[in-house]
Amino acid sequence: MKFTRTMTLAATVALAIGAGQAQAQYSDGTIKIGVLTDMSSLYTDLSGAGSLLAARLAAEDFGAAAKGMKVEFVNADHQNKADVGSAVARQWYDVDKVDVIVDTPNSGVALAVNNVTKEKNKVFLVSGAASSDLTGPQCSPNTVHWTYDTWALANGTGTAIVKTGGDSWFFLTADYAFGHALERDTEAVVAKNGGKTLGKVRHPLNSADFSSFLLQAQASKAKIVGLANAGGDTTNAIKQAAEFGIVRGGQSLAGLLVFLTDVHALGLQTAQGLIMTEAWYWDANDNNRAFAKRMAAGNKGIHPTMIHAGVYSAVTHYLKALEATKNDSDGAKVVAQMKSTPTDDALFGKGTIRQDGRKVHDMYLFEVKKPSESKAPWDYYKQRAVIPAAQAFRPMAEGNCPLVKG
Amino acid sequence: MFDFLGIPPQALFGQLLLGLINGSFYAMLSLGLAVIFGLLNIINFTHGAQYMMGAFGAYFLLQYAGLSYWWALVMSPLLVGATGIVIERLMLKHLYKLDHLYGLLLTFGLALIIEGLLRNEYGSSGQPYRIPEQLLGGTNLGFMFLPNYRAWVIVASLTVCLATWYVIERTKLGAYLRAATENPTLVQAFGINVPRMITLTYGFGVALAAFAGVLAAPIYQVAPQMGANLIIVVFAVVVIGGMGSIMGAIITGFGLGVIEGLTKVFYPEASNTVIFVIMALVLLVKPAGLFGRTA
Repeated sequence: MKFTRTMTLAATVALAIGAGQAQAQYSDGTIKIGVLTDMSSLYTDLSGAGSLLAARLAAEDFGAAAKGMKVEFVNADHQNKADVGSAVARQWYDVDKVDVIVDTPNSGVALAVNNVTKEKNKVFLVSGAASSDLTGPQCSPNTVHWTYDTWALANGTGTAIVKTGGDSWFFLTADYAFGHALERDTEAVVAKNGGKTLGKVRHPLNSADFSSFLLQAQASKAKIVGLANAGGDTTNAIKQAAEFGIVRGGQSLAGLLVFLTDVHALGLQTAQGLIMTEAWYWDANDNNRAFAKRMAAGNKGIHPTMIHAGVYSAVTHYLKALEATKNDSDGAKVVAQMKSTPTDDALFGKGTIRQDGRKVHDMYLFEVKKPSESKAPWDYYKQRAVIPAAQAFRPMAEGNCPLVKG
Repeated sequence: MFDFLGIPPQALFGQLLLGLINGSFYAMLSLGLAVIFGLLNIINFTHGAQYMMGAFGAYFLLQYAGLSYWWALVMSPLLVGATGIVIERLMLKHLYKLDHLYGLLLTFGLALIIEGLLRNEYGSSGQPYRIPEQLLGGTNLGFMFLPNYRAWVIVASLTVCLATWYVIERTKLGAYLRAATENPTLVQAFGINVPRMITLTYGFGVALAAFAGVLAAPIYQVAPQMGANLIIVVFAVVVIGGMGSIMGAIITGFGLGVIEGLTKVFYPEASNTVIFVIMALVLLVKPAGLFGRTA
């Protein structure tokens, strides 16, 4: 690690001395990466400052400076508002010469930025947002959806639960693009596997009190209460479900999107036994652990989520594509280059990007450990199954993406 | 069995009760705001942050001093109330003669600073805080499963609200307070230390918020933005009840909790906005609020 850092430093110095010779290919001489994320609300810990750090680490490990690529970062808080997000994106692309926007949790914001990016012919690398529409009807030649999506979550968790007897569902759904997509995709998986949906209730984003909704779920007598929400909404729902005796009453909770940071916030006592689908876990191998160590050191001890890892992986592949094309001015061309070369990085290993913009890799089914099984802080998951890349994501033909022909 | 708009009566009772529980938080917080506004003429935007500080206080006391929930219920309001007194002495007292806007801006700024600092330090996911062992579990009421802790919240908040109302409206101390609001110079002439009374009142209002925060800690995550999400609603409650009206704040707090709870059944998508719709309607018909007196 120290070696890499020394090398980077040396490279930076070398670049400073010989500056100006190799940069002319990039628009205004700089590759500018905009990290658009939630810096102040419920998705801050699972993306937020960690995403910015992950992007920086990616550029550092890629040795961008040594390769004559001057990389700069900007970041902004979209406040979970689509209008704020698209205004920032426009400002970045038009005025601040940003070449690529990464991360962007909150599907509502991501769908808006997706359109702006296409209009301005830049690049959008989504790690934080989940809606599978980003590679479905809303797919764009300028967007790559990196880490996970609602279809993959529904497919992983939904199938596993229905197959072990959870065949009647009640949904608690966050009332915006992401929640709707997750609910829709899970409902389809449940129906496909012979289960049925008994009811659903849609709650506003960032709700504090779930007791009313939980009571409705209880009254439905469904075996599974599916939480089609994320972040603080999920943790509050799980916590209050314990209070209202949902699990003791014989119903089970299915957290359709649960992040490592959510489990940390809940504590294992409350979260134990939850089953979830994720793309990446920090304690899976040595590479991941090394990354987690650096991330934790720079981000208040918070261990990286799959979103952080996805940002790292996406930025790495983007820089690789620029190294090959030497040109960042035509976003669609850069993305085409990204699609034509297989992905390969320390965190996600080998993978590919499909025509519809979907990055494809294995997904994993995890279960949250019991307090007695956890040996150290952040030691939370045990792996239950690997979902191979070929089955983990929605088949391209079913997505209705206009980019996919035939 | 009769159904009410497609909802079985049992579910309806459950929702009414939950509404009351949520309403008890609105009541406690709006009560504090009403007391502070009534006596200090300050629109205390720090109230949400002080509620959050109460919850964090409980978390810190447990984490660093090993003090249980019951200790926190007493200590945390006292400590947060003390910080309120400091704020009043150092900053707020210079603003009484100025327009409301200055107090509002100052307290709003303070709230942003406090929340920002804690978010920087503890992130947004929040810290877990467990329900005290004595109140674990729940009772099956037939129409719903009532967690013991929620029952406790209703009892505690009703007691505190009614006690506050009694002290202010029915005791000699309360009479001094009310008199000091009307005419501070005259009351001071009778030998009563009005500035000190005002300081303590602010401290008390803040302590009320912190008390609500401790009650909320085991239900919600102890998170820096927990107050910011709530305070806007609470302001709407105060406006509907009428600024400065003690009983008004209590009744509207519980009432709006119930209305919001029912909205969560009939049209959950609107549950975050229903209170503001009501506020708009009330302001159209009675600009001073339901229980307010026009000045």
